[in-house]
Amino acid sequence: METNLNIILAIVIGVLALVFAIIAIYHKKLSVAIIASGAVSLMASILFLLLSAPDVAMTEAAIGSGLSVIIFFYALSKIRKQHD
Amino acid sequence: MMALEHITLIIGSSLILLGLWGLITQKNLIKIVISFTLVDAGIHILMISLGYLKNRTAPIVDGTIDNAVEQIVDPIPQAMVLTAIVIGLGITALMLSFVIRLAKDKNSLNVSNFKDLKW
Amino acid sequence: MIKKLTFLALIAGFGYMLWTGLAKYNAAESLNRISSYYAQDGLEEVGAANLVTAVVVTYRGLDTLGEVSILFLTASILGFFLVSGKGPKIPLQDSSEILKTASKLLEPIILLFGIYVFINGHLTPGGGFQGGAILASALILAYLANPKEGINKSIFRITESISGVVFILIGILGIVLAGGFLDNRIIPVGSIGDLISAGIIPIIYIFVGMKVGAELTSIVTNLKHSPKNNVE
Repeated sequence: METNLNIILAIVIGVLALVFAIIAIYHKKLSVAIIASGAVSLMASILFLLLSAPDVAMTEAAIGSGLSVIIFFYALSKIRKQHD
Repeated sequence: MMALEHITLIIGSSLILLGLWGLITQKNLIKIVISFTLVDAGIHILMISLGYLKNRTAPIVDGTIDNAVEQIVDPIPQAMVLTAIVIGLGITALMLSFVIRLAKDKNSLNVSNFKDLKW
Repeated sequence: MIKKLTFLALIAGFGYMLWTGLAKYNAAESLNRISSYYAQDGLEEVGAANLVTAVVVTYRGLDTLGEVSILFLTASILGFFLVSGKGPKIPLQDSSEILKTASKLLEPIILLFGIYVFINGHLTPGGGFQGGAILASALILAYLANPKEGINKSIFRITESISGVVFILIGILGIVLAGGFLDNRIIPVGSIGDLISAGIIPIIYIFVGMKVGAELTSIVTNLKHSPKNNVE
């Protein structure tokens, strides 16, 4: 269902997603960048919910922002920079 | 007033472009993998937006839906994206394992140091 | 600087291509032919209230099989790449008391929720992949809480292999007893909306869920147990 509220919510969530994406690309600290990329996935899952795709929203929330962040952190802990 | 699918199309395309920009400009291997996941998320948003139809509900037929053809959005892009998300996780894990091995061999994460194939 | 400008031009060109493709886009007014067939006849044919599940498991079941094989391949390659290397052992730290207690409390609930999600995959949003991911996250929580405890990796290997074999066997049974590979009408379809309905779909999703959970967990454990190396 499409209301004005949905459209405003989509704009807010989308702008947040783009801001998190810029943080993910440009932040110096890798851990912050990884968490920002997880946040992008979370925002994407809210957008899927607005686009009436609850299955995809669930998958993206569980896999994109849950497991992939964990995998990134395990990989980061293996190649920990000395000065990070 | 813009429609919902136009907004999500713009967001998805911008995420793809941002991710591509990160893929090209970033030097850190982990940053490159992160940019790849951003492109992935953008493509998923794009595909779901293309399957969206106005004023329709999710493709789950319960008591509130009488005529499914007139009332649900397209289920096929959703099924494809479901597959794509899981495969994206697998590819991310694979790329990270390559990053771990590369970092171990060269003792560096900077992609400029990997020029064995350059001449 | 010149390099960056070139990249910017490249990205701008790609963006222009996307823009020309999408600027005139208008959402379709009705479903296309395949989708309306799925929406109209899928209910009687498959009997799953969740049409996405019907598409994923039955109409495009081969895609799902391929996807599961890709995940299996990824887990195997990860194991091959990471565990074989030699390096200094990671000194494991004990986790905090809060994490330990909370994980004891939460693990059964998360496991139960994961099982609920994939058993009800044909009725509500959810299914084997989501449920498997939730199961994997419960198991990873257990690792995070007790990092020193050994993990029996063979359980995951056996679960994964058995689930994969059963998935393919069910598919072949579909050829023998019903219309084709992965056809779900091996057992009666039942009435839409019941827990036991949609033919073989709940059983396939149980095995897919177990397989995906085992694979994702083994991906994470392989990453966890690979040797550590320090990078300048």
